[in-house]
Amino acid sequence: MSYSVQINGVVHTVTDGGIGESLLYALRERLGFPGSKNACEQGECGSCSVVVDGALVCSCLVLAAACDGREVVTIEGLGDGSTLTDVQRAFVEAGAVQCGFCTPGLVVAIDRLLAEQQSPDELAVRESISGNLCRCTGYGRILEAVARVVAERATS
Amino acid sequence: MTSSTTMTAGARVGESAVRPDAPPKVQGRFAFGNDLWADGMLYGATLRSPHASARILSIDIAPALAIAGVHAVLTSDDVPGRSVFGLEHPDQPVLASDVVRYVGEPLAVVAADDPDTARRAVVAIAVDYEVLPPLVDPEAAPSATPIHPDGNVFRELTIRHGDVDSVGEVVVEGEYEVGMQDQAFLGCESGLAIPDRDGAGVEMFVSTQFLHVDVEQTAACLGIAVERLRATVAGVGGAFGGREDISLQVHVCLLALRTGRPVKMQYRRDESFVGHVHRHPARMRYRHHARRDGTLVKVEARLVLDGGAYASTSSAVLANATCFAAGPYRVPNALIEGIAVRTNNPPCGAMRGFGNVQACFAHEAQMDRLADELGIDPVDLRLRNALAPGDRLVTNQLLTGAAPVEAVIRACAQAPLPDIVGPAMGEPMARPGGAGRTAAGEPDRVVRGVGFAASIKNLMFSEGFDDYSTARVVVEDGRVTVHCACAEVGQGFVTVAQQIAREVLDLDDVVVAPADTSVGSAGSTSASRQTMMSGGAVEGACRIVREQIDTDRDAGRSMSGRYEATYEHHHAPTTPLDANGQGDAHAAFAFAAHRAVVDVDLDLGLVRVVDITTAQDVGRLINPLQAVGQIEGGIAQGVGLAVMEELVVRDGRIVNASFTDYLIPTALDMPTVTIAALIEDPEPNAPFGAKGIGEPPCISSVAAVAAAIRNATGRPVRRVPVRPEDLVL
Repeated sequence: MSYSVQINGVVHTVTDGGIGESLLYALRERLGFPGSKNACEQGECGSCSVVVDGALVCSCLVLAAACDGREVVTIEGLGDGSTLTDVQRAFVEAGAVQCGFCTPGLVVAIDRLLAEQQSPDELAVRESISGNLCRCTGYGRILEAVARVVAERATS
Repeated sequence: MTSSTTMTAGARVGESAVRPDAPPKVQGRFAFGNDLWADGMLYGATLRSPHASARILSIDIAPALAIAGVHAVLTSDDVPGRSVFGLEHPDQPVLASDVVRYVGEPLAVVAADDPDTARRAVVAIAVDYEVLPPLVDPEAAPSATPIHPDGNVFRELTIRHGDVDSVGEVVVEGEYEVGMQDQAFLGCESGLAIPDRDGAGVEMFVSTQFLHVDVEQTAACLGIAVERLRATVAGVGGAFGGREDISLQVHVCLLALRTGRPVKMQYRRDESFVGHVHRHPARMRYRHHARRDGTLVKVEARLVLDGGAYASTSSAVLANATCFAAGPYRVPNALIEGIAVRTNNPPCGAMRGFGNVQACFAHEAQMDRLADELGIDPVDLRLRNALAPGDRLVTNQLLTGAAPVEAVIRACAQAPLPDIVGPAMGEPMARPGGAGRTAAGEPDRVVRGVGFAASIKNLMFSEGFDDYSTARVVVEDGRVTVHCACAEVGQGFVTVAQQIAREVLDLDDVVVAPADTSVGSAGSTSASRQTMMSGGAVEGACRIVREQIDTDRDAGRSMSGRYEATYEHHHAPTTPLDANGQGDAHAAFAFAAHRAVVDVDLDLGLVRVVDITTAQDVGRLINPLQAVGQIEGGIAQGVGLAVMEELVVRDGRIVNASFTDYLIPTALDMPTVTIAALIEDPEPNAPFGAKGIGEPPCISSVAAVAAAIRNATGRPVRRVPVRPEDLVL
């Protein structure tokens, strides 16, 4: 089947998509966006988090064809490829990255959270990223990264 | 711990360093094993046994081969080399032929044009089984009919130390149990194999912990020389022991060689849960003897580890559990029996903490029980018996390295309790079970408890194994390249290697090359060993290069040439254990202490871990920021085992093989982590005095949470993970 979806500002058309294919599959296997990760493919881990028409979703749970005409933002759409966003930079500097498999999903989720709330308290941050599993860090450095971004944005 | 650590560009030893792989990882540009791709690539899939025990009467692959887009269907008949593999002892079939011994055992592999076709082909393979009753009770295994030609006992190890008949004035007994934990790394098993043009060799990219032994095992099973199998560590999405033994390595190479095309395999989450070994479930009986003043007299214990269907690393895990069954304490007399058995349960092997986790849960529960019996403060009891340099372990090994046991216990215990609002007053979301699941309106039914525990972990490989790592260092035009096959699985060797090279060479520009087989073995990324072993190899190679540079400089020559050195670092030799479990079997040790604060809903049996405070013996910090990450992450896995993580196995079948049903801590489940102290007491003969730091955080954290739950509820808590029914029924 055929559909067109705007990804990171550019329209992509899929002409030979399978009916049941998830957005995650289409992104990774058909459209050349491997940044979204496939750790569970049933909406439990958040590694595949993307934003569809402004809403944070697990791309493994979204039918690719249902994104016809929609706007999708993936990890590849944050920053300009060479410069890091403040969230990405905070992850690097705060030590929030270990194996990195959960990282793209968390960066997308936190980017979205901070677009909606300027200064969430720690419990709110914990709750909002509780759909993103990380097995390496215990989340401590990730929370620290969020706190740094919040503080930086407040003073800039 | 809130860190205000400042990052240093060109960081040297002791400074917090930014990971060179962090920028691509935050941008989604870092290639993990399952992101790999090659022209003309096929996709592999695996047929697995649905039975825990069955005889294979026939396998008909014709229906699978008949599907369009299927290029190969291979069974045991197609394994040209050694038919079995295994990390310590090859006893596991590459593909099962006559019998299957666990649910999930591979019988056949398929290569097809796309993943869906490969999976449909797997389903089309017709297997006729004669189903047999599975052996699932580890206690019954030793005397049961053997389920494998090698028998049902992987290893028995008895430690007899001092006067085994001695008796204390006070005796406390207990029985304890630990459930099966999964590593649950986020990046499922994955690999890509590309056949050589002549069809006689292959190149493999694989997410692994132990590259050179993968290659040795895989080449043996493929029936090719190791030189014909070149391998590179592909991006690894976490490991924690679950990638120490091989999973799909032989399969993906077999398919590539048979089809003459690149083949990629990647497990899905449900397959990953049966596709790697787990933490051994344990049943442990203990009897501690002490004098009235609290001095330990003797420890008696019997530990039974269920190794599941195949050997993997059961024998080394058993050695750890048995050697450290008494904990970080001076125990003059001991009789400790350990046994690891074969059953038709899922195979078990390496997981972070490697046998010490199970024993620690039991010995720390015993120490609390003893403190209670004697009316002594639990921390004081531990301090009274804490090991110190010059003491002997129950294996009679003299403790010669750094052993700041008293310091870690004191630092952890003396840290102020965190100022966190009580269970009744906090935000609903911060109560046990989260908003809406706590017995609201009856605040006194949510109670707080505090528990304490301490641990010992051996570092690097033990029992006479010639443990080594290799590094090649090249300096060209002032730029340093480090070649080392150490698998970077997230732990941060990439910065450790850079920092050590900068420190020794006094040069800032250091690149760590991809880990591959163009350099000698680095050994496994396990046993908290890579900072010490591969760090030692990098240090050694750099020191040789530094000498070359200094010689040139002293001779008035400019430093413009090329310098290169390769160094193999071995740790001091260890010896096997004798018939009484005595011997200098271990190379070095690390110690940690944890204090847990929990809130428990007494009606619903739900637990929230509120805070973990820790102190750890680290030798010397190489990268302080990364040390914090290892400690917080290890504690998360300890908290998980304490209150939520268990693979539930019924009749040999894992019934919760998904992240919906196998729960690991989320950001809401994780407590605050307070690092009271990182004790820097340099380890002799270690690079810059550094000790491995990966495992201690997940050992006594488990026991501390269990102790806190006992403190809150008065329940015995003889088992982890602690389930609601254990607290309310």
